Amino acid sequence: MSERVVELEVLRYNPETDREPHFQRYSVTCREEWVVLDALNHVKEHQDPTLSYRWSCHMAVCGSCGMMINGEPKLACKSFLRDYEGVIRVEPLAQFPIERDLVTVIDDFVAKLKRVKPYLIPKHDQPVSEGEFLQTPAELKRFKQYTLCINCMLCYAACPEYGLTQKFIGPAAISLAHRYNRDSRDGGRDQRQEEIAATEGVWECSFVGACSEVCPEHVDPASALQQVKIASTVDWFKEHLMPWSKK
Amino acid sequence: MVEKVSGRRPYFREVPRTHWFLRHPRYLRYMAREITCIFIGAYTFIWVVGIVRLSQGEAAYQAFLQTLKTPSSIVFHIVALVFAIYHSVTWFNLTPKALPVQLGEEFLPDGVIAGAHYAAWAVLSVVILFLAGAF
Repeated sequence: MSERVVELEVLRYNPETDREPHFQRYSVTCREEWVVLDALNHVKEHQDPTLSYRWSCHMAVCGSCGMMINGEPKLACKSFLRDYEGVIRVEPLAQFPIERDLVTVIDDFVAKLKRVKPYLIPKHDQPVSEGEFLQTPAELKRFKQYTLCINCMLCYAACPEYGLTQKFIGPAAISLAHRYNRDSRDGGRDQRQEEIAATEGVWECSFVGACSEVCPEHVDPASALQQVKIASTVDWFKEHLMPWSKK
Repeated sequence: MVEKVSGRRPYFREVPRTHWFLRHPRYLRYMAREITCIFIGAYTFIWVVGIVRLSQGEAAYQAFLQTLKTPSSIVFHIVALVFAIYHSVTWFNLTPKALPVQLGEEFLPDGVIAGAHYAAWAVLSVVILFLAGAF
């Protein structure tokens, strides 16, 4: 099995001793099939146990190991070392405060996710004895793409609007709201609209499209946001030009 | 009992407010798409000036038409046309994201949605050229 020495340049920040972050270089003997996360794990086990970063599944499902790799938001577990040449620069996800080393403060995203109510709000209560809420394959396909979001926040790191206006609810949270809005079993759209049809909701988006370019699960958040804009505009016209019509 | 002092001191990185788009080529592509609208706006402004000159009588309108024939005006119109095409193409190529059409179980391919916009563009252009007496 072939091995090569990989140079990692990792942004370090210790809130107890550092005034600001600085880069630290590590030389790691890596196997050909390793990903960046394997190299970080090797550093932590054999060179520097103080290095902090988040990870869990190592298979692009948990969304924990998002970080900037050579300036691009990536999952460290999905970034193969063989795809990089020279020094690999690893930094915490852009546009989030740094907690320590590669660990970011994600409270803002978690709070926004909660605000958009990303769960089924049934149209009416139905006792279990009446059976399941049935759904056709076509109804499932209507929103399935948006269920693939793993909350990795790479889209927030890529979105310049989020960088400039931190109040922006952002790509992943709005995409998840859209996912439930398009679900035939759901009746919670009006509740979600208060958050996502607002200025700091979808109207902060100017369709840069960076979110969709970096999404590791091909959720295409930009498409969700444009669809929410159109639906919200239709709502506005219905409300102001046809007040007698129901939404 | 001694309360433990939190060691948390998150570090905030500033986003450059004026030149953030220089950080990545994808942001530059976005800015290019947005900036092209200035030329479309300028072209529209020239049209409005033309209508105003028309309302001022034949001599004023003829003078306006003469101005359009100057080399600098022709250069501007060519540049504006190039940017208008870039603006239209980049937006038309994004339409499948905003307007997905589901028929039965499947969604129409992106090419069909964008293609329909190109077709509508061509038809409308022909209609306008016809109304302008080009045929």
